[in-house]
Amino acid sequence: MNERILEIRSLRKEFGGVVAVKDLDLSVDRGSITALIGPNGAGKTTVFHMITGFLRPTRGDITFDGAVLQGRPVYTIAEMGIARTFQNVQIFSNMSVLENVMVGRHLRSRSGFLGSLLVPPFFRREEKEIRKAAARWLEFVGLGDQARLPAGSLPLGSQRMLEIARALAMEPGMILLDEPASGLNARETVAMGELVREIREMGITVVLVEHDMELVMDISDQVNVINFGSLIARGTPREVQANPEVIAAYLGE
Amino acid sequence: MGIRHYIGLLVLLLLIAVTPLAVRNDYYLGLLVFAGLNCLACIGLSLLMGYAGQISLGHAAFIGIGAYVSGYLTVRMDVGIWPAMIAGVGACMVMALIIGVPALKLRGHYLAMATLGFGEIVYIVAVAAIGITGGPEGINSIPKLHLFNYVFKSDTRFFYFTWGMVFLGLFFALNLIHSRVGRGLMAVHGSEDAAGSLGVNTARYKIQVFVLSAVYAGLAGCLYAHYVNYIDPGPFGVMHSVLLVTMVAVGGIHHIWGAVGGAVFLSLLPDMLSLLSEYLEGTGIQYRSDYDTLVYGAILLLVMLFLPEGIAGGLNGLVKKARQMVRPGTAGTEK
Repeated sequence: MNERILEIRSLRKEFGGVVAVKDLDLSVDRGSITALIGPNGAGKTTVFHMITGFLRPTRGDITFDGAVLQGRPVYTIAEMGIARTFQNVQIFSNMSVLENVMVGRHLRSRSGFLGSLLVPPFFRREEKEIRKAAARWLEFVGLGDQARLPAGSLPLGSQRMLEIARALAMEPGMILLDEPASGLNARETVAMGELVREIREMGITVVLVEHDMELVMDISDQVNVINFGSLIARGTPREVQANPEVIAAYLGE
Repeated sequence: MGIRHYIGLLVLLLLIAVTPLAVRNDYYLGLLVFAGLNCLACIGLSLLMGYAGQISLGHAAFIGIGAYVSGYLTVRMDVGIWPAMIAGVGACMVMALIIGVPALKLRGHYLAMATLGFGEIVYIVAVAAIGITGGPEGINSIPKLHLFNYVFKSDTRFFYFTWGMVFLGLFFALNLIHSRVGRGLMAVHGSEDAAGSLGVNTARYKIQVFVLSAVYAGLAGCLYAHYVNYIDPGPFGVMHSVLLVTMVAVGGIHHIWGAVGGAVFLSLLPDMLSLLSEYLEGTGIQYRSDYDTLVYGAILLLVMLFLPEGIAGGLNGLVKKARQMVRPGTAGTEK
């Protein structure tokens, strides 16, 4: 198995005349917590969108476990084992908390359209398994007692947890977290850090975009600093914090 | 599917069983048959609107295609009723695929526009392709529905058959929405991005549910043709498509039961209004059938203003409130 689970080579994204991501090279070690940081508008979320198929790169290669990702539809990238959350939480507010996570079991179950209409015994068994697994993942993020609530009624912090539970229910090889601590209070941020560590303990590679530097420096194995769409530094939290270019980018020249 | 739905289905079954015994008037039974046919179309439409978040403004055209294909094949080609009805439903599936694949691969409400155009085209073809459809004259003497030697000749028999189909249609639809696929559909409705990121093939699901909704409408059309035994383009125009959407909206877009309630209510409304006008005539107030449209509009307006979740949504809310009053803090959240 390759040491690097994700490799990005000369990735470029242009919107009209604007270059959002400029010939970016990036790699993520298997089993690591890798952070992507940089000032607002640096192109971090654009990179996430290209990895997960929401945006098509102008040029460049993205490979996950040796398989090429660019040009694939969104749902097939999920099939390859990449899960993600969204900067503006995207929970299904028309469903209950538990049902949200049950959708996360989509790829781990098989019942199709006709089976759903007719409900054969196999289907009932699978439905039970889906429910059980979803409840387990809710328990894991600490929302076990809120399973029956409408998802839209949860406070933002819990919604972020729910989104992660839903993504984990896919049992992905890698999870991309887009600003998981944004909008969380200090206590919730600490809990989020703990959760991210636990996710790594399960062998899932974590890539996160985050603005809370304390959190990033606390939990990351590798930090990549992006500015104006290019990588300006890469290293352990300690190395990156000492890098003069990074300091310049954050403080403004 | 929860216990509530099984109880609901049981109650529906009982109602279906006793209605012809209570309503001994063929005219009213006939009205209830039409209401049942609208129910079928509305159940499919409700899956599309409430669970996949898409609107079809051409569903009456699918009813028309089902009716015309089945009518044409039985009358002009001497095909048996059952193969003809299967062909009618099949034709609807094919048409739904042709419209749905390009329209539903895109995001947004392209389906509404595509189906609006489709509905108009089907209507024009029905009027103009005289050689096939008989034009404005339509197709006459379509055979009555029969199973082997059993002919559904009385309104009572046809009532049982139609509402049996409504019952089955409702049962299948309820199964669907409480399944992996149904959750996938609701997810598409809730957030297409998130659904895709979890591996739901959003385009495919939207297309499948659109095809399914066309099957429901097509079946209603086939039954219609073999019930009234005569079809012309009139009932399959855009106005009826809009009426179907109204039925679903009035009943409650997120509740499949609402589709049934809305369809029955609005199907019977014209006759309720004419009863009302007879009554009013006695008191000296003039009510003319021209006012019907006004009443429809007022009902739709009132529902949208005060019950945005429709009649079913309003009832659901009442039940929840009542529960909260009995046991504070345990707001009903079960599905």
